[in-house]
Amino acid sequence: MRHTISVLVENKFGVLSRVAGLFSGRGYNIESLSVGETLDPKISAMTIVTTGEEQVIEQITKQLNKLIDVIKVQDLFEVDHVEREMVLMKVSPRQEHKAEVLRLAEIFRGRVVDSSPKTYTIEITGDEKKLEAFIELMKPMGVKEFVRSGKIAIAREMSKNK
Amino acid sequence: MKVSGSEILIESLKKEGVKHIFGYPGGVVLNIFDYLYGDKDIKLFLTRHEQGATHAADGYARSTGHVGVALVTSGPGATNTVTGLATAAMDSIPIVVITGQVATSLIGNDAFQEADIVGITRPCTKYNYLVKDVHDLAYIVKEAFYIASSGRPGPVVIDLPKDVTAVQAKFNWPEKIDVRSYNPTMEGNRWMIEKAARKIEKSRKPIIIAGGGVIGSGASPELLELAEFTRIPVTTTLMGIGGFPSTHALSLGMPGMHGTYYANMSIQDSDLIIAVGMRFDDRVTGKLDAFAPNAEIIHIDIDPTSIRKNVDVAIPIVGDCKKVLAVLNQVLKEGEMLQWAEIRKAWLKQIDEWKKLRPLSYTFDENVIKPQYVVERLYALTGGDAIITTEVGQNQMWAAQFFKYDKPRTFLSSGGLGTMGYGFPAAIGAQVAHPDKTVIDIAGDGSIQMNIQELATAVLYELPVKVAILNNQYLGMVRQWQELFYGERYSHSHLKGVPDFVKVAEAYGAVGLRATKPSEVDAVIKEALKIKKTVFMDFVIDWKEKVYPMVPAGAPIDQMLFEEAPKKEDKKLKAVK
Repeated sequence: MRHTISVLVENKFGVLSRVAGLFSGRGYNIESLSVGETLDPKISAMTIVTTGEEQVIEQITKQLNKLIDVIKVQDLFEVDHVEREMVLMKVSPRQEHKAEVLRLAEIFRGRVVDSSPKTYTIEITGDEKKLEAFIELMKPMGVKEFVRSGKIAIAREMSKNK
Repeated sequence: MKVSGSEILIESLKKEGVKHIFGYPGGVVLNIFDYLYGDKDIKLFLTRHEQGATHAADGYARSTGHVGVALVTSGPGATNTVTGLATAAMDSIPIVVITGQVATSLIGNDAFQEADIVGITRPCTKYNYLVKDVHDLAYIVKEAFYIASSGRPGPVVIDLPKDVTAVQAKFNWPEKIDVRSYNPTMEGNRWMIEKAARKIEKSRKPIIIAGGGVIGSGASPELLELAEFTRIPVTTTLMGIGGFPSTHALSLGMPGMHGTYYANMSIQDSDLIIAVGMRFDDRVTGKLDAFAPNAEIIHIDIDPTSIRKNVDVAIPIVGDCKKVLAVLNQVLKEGEMLQWAEIRKAWLKQIDEWKKLRPLSYTFDENVIKPQYVVERLYALTGGDAIITTEVGQNQMWAAQFFKYDKPRTFLSSGGLGTMGYGFPAAIGAQVAHPDKTVIDIAGDGSIQMNIQELATAVLYELPVKVAILNNQYLGMVRQWQELFYGERYSHSHLKGVPDFVKVAEAYGAVGLRATKPSEVDAVIKEALKIKKTVFMDFVIDWKEKVYPMVPAGAPIDQMLFEEAPKKEDKKLKAVK
């Protein structure tokens, strides 16, 4: 199963490699990892997307907890939460596709954040399914490249354990 | 008043009660060594290799329970500690290794003797630090000792750049520290402990498997109380040896690959396993799917990751073994009044039959020395009053099987990592901590050559460490596997060119003794024990001798190989299959 795990860590140098090293050293999958500062600048929040059998996920959360610099681990699989990811995409559509590209961006609530005579750079956020759908629709329009941010997630305030 | 970083470091170590350091100087730690010059409170033992220093700190820690300390230089000095750190990490041993580092301004420039030791040691330490600011130093030392010795203990590295050892700062020793992200669970959940007690009351064929956690937490008295009160037999893993008296009637010796027949049969036939401070290593469980098929498991361990890592557990109890067992004993004593002796009669009788059917054994030979005989004689002639260290391989298994250990911290062996070259420097560390005790490294001719340079250390500091070399001119355990599983193709396991160990010892200023016949064994051991000097005892043993019983890798632990075919029909063995 695929799990999104939220991890609060001390904002010190080397913490990211401790976490990444744990995954590589023990052979756990890591689909995406994103990290950033929190309200308290001494604490960073990581969102890790991983896959594995139930027993493996249990080990992953325990092993994360065991790291000295990890303050809190929450497996969001068990709670209602909001997930978002961002894509930045460069498209160079042929003349006849230009309008369609802009229309699709609008439908998906994307924004054009840069444009040149030949390309648009589109920013779009959403959950994974939305982004996948957008990328599929855009592919025939002349996508030059895109980058994805990796998922970030947060538990809902009124969340109940599933 | 401001003092140098070196002074802050050493004075912080003194605050932590450090009296002995094992180390080796070099360019970037010159300031620290200069401050140590003539210091009265801390004695530095100069080893001949940084690996030796790290294992010595480890042996010091294992034999005392206190944090062992090593101090080395940057680059190669630091990388030489990696094997020692990994050894300590696998066996949960509290050591603090201080490595020098190039000056902060040079870090990352591939400077002379620079190595990213924090990066290199991240997976084989419990935690590590690069000290960038001298003002953090005292706090880091305090925190390092706290992390190394608390919870599930382990090695900690402090990487100290040269400029930090020189700059001046005020020495502020923190009386208290708080690591908000590190709070090991010490007290076991009461409700779980009560559930465990009820399970124990219902069980008819229980067994305790005790591991290194019993020794680490000092839980031996509580374990003994539990076993004696409930009449439950105890098997101790390699790391748990000494945690329960080997000579006790309820002791089953060691389980697993080279465990006793009766320990393995008892595990396989049990209906309840009480696992205390052990982690179900593959050398203990054998084939996992076939491990203890009828048993429910109560697992007590301070490290939650140990629980349900390899086997499914009915009752997990996270906590300090000593504290959990104390509560468990109390709950059991307050519980239903049971006739424990009566309840346990049938089970103990069955185990007794297994004990009689296949005790640990070997065939004595008048003409050639059997290694097991040497270990037995070491036990007899020391009266068991010794600290035994081992190397790795056959010597380690014979030392575990044929010496008896009634007290914790008397058997020091690299269990998890299986580090050849561990035993001799570990014996040096143990001897430093226990100057009046008999310390014996039971070694092989292969392993002893992996840190033989430490003879100089032992001789220099007049440490009367004894080394019993079981010399078969082979990497014995490798040879054993090749004989049994690789069609007797002895690929590179024959150690041609083994030196004359008597002469090696003498060349270093130690004493060398040799026995080539069984009749000479006692005289050599007695002589060695009498001499208050470092002694190498070279026992030329039967090179064909193998360690039995043996569970082939990947087989269930009740499918053991023995020295000879079974004499009696073994119904139980078949029943379990």
